[in-house]
Amino acid sequence: MDGVAKTEIIPVPRELAVVYNRADRIFRRIVTSGALTSLILLGLIGMFLFVKSAQIFNDRGISFITGSNWTAGSGDGVIIDDFSIGPMLTGTILVAVIALIIAMPLAIGGALYLEFYAPFRIRKILNALLDLAAAIPSLIFGLWGLAVFTSFGERWSVLLNSRFGWIPFIKVQNEVFGRSPFIAGCVLASLIVPIITSVTREVFSRTPRDLIDTCYALGGSRWGAIRTVVLPFGRSGIIGGAMLGLGRALGETVAVYLLLNIVFRYNFRILESEGGNIASLIATKFGEATEYELKALVAAGFVLFILTLAVNMLAATIVQKSTVRK
Amino acid sequence: MKTLKQGEIAMVENPQINVVTMVEAHSPQSNFRGLEAKNIHAWFGKHHVLSDVSLRFPERTVTGLIGPSGCGKSTFIRLLNRMHEFIPSAAMAGQVLKDGEDIYAPEIDAATVRLKIGMVFQKPNPFPAMNIRENVLSGIKLAHLKVADHDSIVENCLTRAGLWKEVKDRLNATGGSLSGGQQQRLCIARSLAVEPNVLLMDEPCSALDPGSTLRIEETIKELAEKIAVVIVTHNMQQAARVSDFCAFFLTDGGPGYLVEAAPTKILFTNPSDVRTADYVQGKFG
Repeated sequence: MDGVAKTEIIPVPRELAVVYNRADRIFRRIVTSGALTSLILLGLIGMFLFVKSAQIFNDRGISFITGSNWTAGSGDGVIIDDFSIGPMLTGTILVAVIALIIAMPLAIGGALYLEFYAPFRIRKILNALLDLAAAIPSLIFGLWGLAVFTSFGERWSVLLNSRFGWIPFIKVQNEVFGRSPFIAGCVLASLIVPIITSVTREVFSRTPRDLIDTCYALGGSRWGAIRTVVLPFGRSGIIGGAMLGLGRALGETVAVYLLLNIVFRYNFRILESEGGNIASLIATKFGEATEYELKALVAAGFVLFILTLAVNMLAATIVQKSTVRK
Repeated sequence: MKTLKQGEIAMVENPQINVVTMVEAHSPQSNFRGLEAKNIHAWFGKHHVLSDVSLRFPERTVTGLIGPSGCGKSTFIRLLNRMHEFIPSAAMAGQVLKDGEDIYAPEIDAATVRLKIGMVFQKPNPFPAMNIRENVLSGIKLAHLKVADHDSIVENCLTRAGLWKEVKDRLNATGGSLSGGQQQRLCIARSLAVEPNVLLMDEPCSALDPGSTLRIEETIKELAEKIAVVIVTHNMQQAARVSDFCAFFLTDGGPGYLVEAAPTKILFTNPSDVRTADYVQGKFG
């Protein structure tokens, strides 16, 4: 009888107090402050950029992003200041996307080779080399692109143009093929391949061994196992690696500065010898900028900052969506 | 009782094996149907892990492999369908004959071997990106087999694995939505879809609850009406319940070896080796 009466009273859930011991408390503070620091830094950088460039956005509005002119005024009113970054913004995306399209198949192929086909000893050597390649400064890639790759790139461009000239992207107006978005994109691709390969290989290596074994046990080939298990399992890692590479390509300065003709005109013909990139624009103009131009450059930096942030958030969303099916 | 290393000899010398079984299991090689391991050795690098194992797995029988951990049972079973060679530095010696044909012969394609000698693993592992139906058909896709009627294969395999009634209304659900035991039966159905003649099972029930284990054991018995089943198990009662023949492996710190192999009843009630008797009575292991 007692038991029946008891069950009628539904208790309020108790509050559970968590007591951390000393070591935990200290460690907790350290890691919390670490996490907060990066967040605060990011916020401060964004705020700095925004405050410094507010005047530009106020003066020029949306035309700062859509216009295609970068003229420093003469100061006496004869030539007036006119700053906008349209072609640089599209150029940034164009070069980065070219780089990514070239780099992804190479990186995924390389990662699969390293993880599933390479003999053990070769794998070890190649992994070490890959990490080394990821650490090479982009200036070196730029110089290599200028001194070595450009001549190949030009020949490839001629070939592409003669075979696929009917495609709008590949058509050119003047048959000068050097210093084009295509060549810059190729060099950027070689720059980002190591990091993407490294990230995707790491993810591929975490594919559960028994799933791969199951594919083999069902009479599947290595490629069958890769297609059935490894690629679906590694999808989020592939996207993550791609976004890491894209982020690097978007912000790349020196290599693009060395390899691309910066021309303030919208250009989507990838073999044409003109293009642009926000980061290299800033590097080019920074040295002799007037005070107002400096603000415009900071504003350009702010746009790049937002672009990279947006790409990363998009990546995070895609990764989250593609890992739902478990 | 003297130490025996080869299952065949143990079985021949054991007077209590009935003659019919002996003839069936040890008919001349030319018309022996099933799987036969001859003088198998295995190494990982320089480490000798398995020494001189010979065993026969006739069609329509269940053979249980028992023994303490680290005695080479799993290595041995992986040798039977050429999964062993995926481990870097793994090496082997001896022969594995399927219906009299050496599966390690140079001209044999290992993938074709595995198609006919299927395997179910310890942990239930349906492919996570696929639904139940796709999981069952995955082997057919992997091996590029041409089949006319996918639906009847799905139904047939799930029925043989004892899962059809439970999942027939939700074939589009992911494998992960099933319980552990159901997942393992799905894995069995997946192995059956490519129509193997031999099914190797590496502790298929060790991650499951007793109820699911019982269901799987029933499934195994039904499967053995058509094919040969080889099952590694740590569970002595399971070996006693489900197998027709039993092989006992042991290691003395060196490579694992076969102590004796016999019809299950004899191995459990009247083994020829004292270590087998100790093990099956739970005195060690």
